[in-house]
Amino acid sequence: MNTHRVARIAPALGVLAVLVGAWELVTRLAAVPEWLLPSPTVIVVEFVESLPQLAPHTGRTLLEAAIGYAAALLLAFAVAALIDQSGLARRALSPLLVTSQTIPIFALAPLLAIWFGFGITPKILIVALACFFPIAVSLAGGLRNADPDMQALVRSMGGSRRQVFSKVKLPSAIPSLLSGMKIAATYSVIAAVIGEWVGASQGLGLYMLRASSSFQTARVFAVIAVIAVLSVALFLAVDVVGRWIAPWIYVRTEEAQT
Amino acid sequence: MSVGPPVLRLSGVSKAYPANGGQSVQALRNVSLEVGRREFVSLVGPSGCGKSTLLGLIAGLEEPTDGAIEIATEADGTPGQVAYMPQRDLLLPWRSLLDNATLGAEVGGGDRAAARTRARSLLPSFGLEGFADALPHTLSGGMRQRAALLRTVLLERDILLLDEPFGALDALTRAALQEWLLEIWERLEAAVLFVTHDVEEALWLSDRVYVMTRRPGSIQLDLPVGLPRPRTRAVRGTPAFAALKQRLLDALLADTA
Repeated sequence: MNTHRVARIAPALGVLAVLVGAWELVTRLAAVPEWLLPSPTVIVVEFVESLPQLAPHTGRTLLEAAIGYAAALLLAFAVAALIDQSGLARRALSPLLVTSQTIPIFALAPLLAIWFGFGITPKILIVALACFFPIAVSLAGGLRNADPDMQALVRSMGGSRRQVFSKVKLPSAIPSLLSGMKIAATYSVIAAVIGEWVGASQGLGLYMLRASSSFQTARVFAVIAVIAVLSVALFLAVDVVGRWIAPWIYVRTEEAQT
Repeated sequence: MSVGPPVLRLSGVSKAYPANGGQSVQALRNVSLEVGRREFVSLVGPSGCGKSTLLGLIAGLEEPTDGAIEIATEADGTPGQVAYMPQRDLLLPWRSLLDNATLGAEVGGGDRAAARTRARSLLPSFGLEGFADALPHTLSGGMRQRAALLRTVLLERDILLLDEPFGALDALTRAALQEWLLEIWERLEAAVLFVTHDVEEALWLSDRVYVMTRRPGSIQLDLPVGLPRPRTRAVRGTPAFAALKQRLLDALLADTA
């Protein structure tokens, strides 16, 4: 099982190793100045040295991401359930929900700063906005695609609309919901960082901005690495939670792979 | 086996669906049939003749366009008075076998603890002992059908509507499950309305077989079977069985030609 997993990601790791190695070589051989393009080893050193400062900034950004994500999840549940239960709500909201995904949410960051200042509120809002749409759309889709025969079965037993919803539709929507939640998890960190770029007193975005304005390029890279790792970690966290609460949905795909 | 008034009576039931261009598609036309108390009745007919539609009407999932469906237990035709087993097993993949089997008690607001106890006590006779906590995807096709039937039986209704329960199974599993179903039914207090397109299956299981026409479906033959019970596999080889089978096939094929 574990050797399988290693074998699956080995090629990707190989490519990554080659790229990083080439990067290291080029910066050394061509003597690229550090402020222009630091080598991977310099970035690692910088990461370790700035860890005491990085940690609180990372904590702040994670807090913003977590609150915004939770808010998005709650709101998405309410909206998706409303769309599912009311035809009028579906016709009124569904097209807006789909088209609103084309709005670059991040471009709203300066507006939110104007309206809500430079505290934590605008960061939470931008995370919530960025995460809301993928979760709401995927959950609404999952509810809509629930097996009509299973719904009929519960109705034939005398089940109410609410029972059809809770016993069939909601569990059926979990796979779709999880994929939306994974996308949203990767958005959450970067959304918080962008919110911080506009103006903040703490957070990875602020730290990155300060580093770049003083040409501490290695530090900028270190922050980028932290953001990437956090995004992947949150994505995997949702995946793990998904496997825990919905083990049945992973069966078919794993069988197909062996 | 039918004694007393029927538990289920359909009189002149028709069903039409709206289609493109304002016209409508007639799925069922003037279907009348009766199922007696503890009677095993089969409904055979070509594919697409509306057999499943008919069961959906009886289960209360849809309203007939015309005609009346009377169910002896109560008279208002609302869902939940018959136990309906759809064509697919429809076990909810996120529920254990036991939780699937007791879904009816849960939905109907019945005594869940009692339902679970009864379900556990029935597991052995349904060949599902030791699988109470198994998720559906770990079960074989035959086990899934037996679990679906257990769920249907646990609804504790007087009428079971079974829609081609063995249709998707291989021949061997199918034969085994037919024998097993007879055993189970002989211990139940329920009438069965069994939909199939397998003539032998219908004859071997039933007290009476209704033959339907092609769409729009209507009843073209009402054939009492009259073979003695309990039935064994050997019944299938008797001349009486062959004669009945011939009559059913003649009716079905005459309609197809």
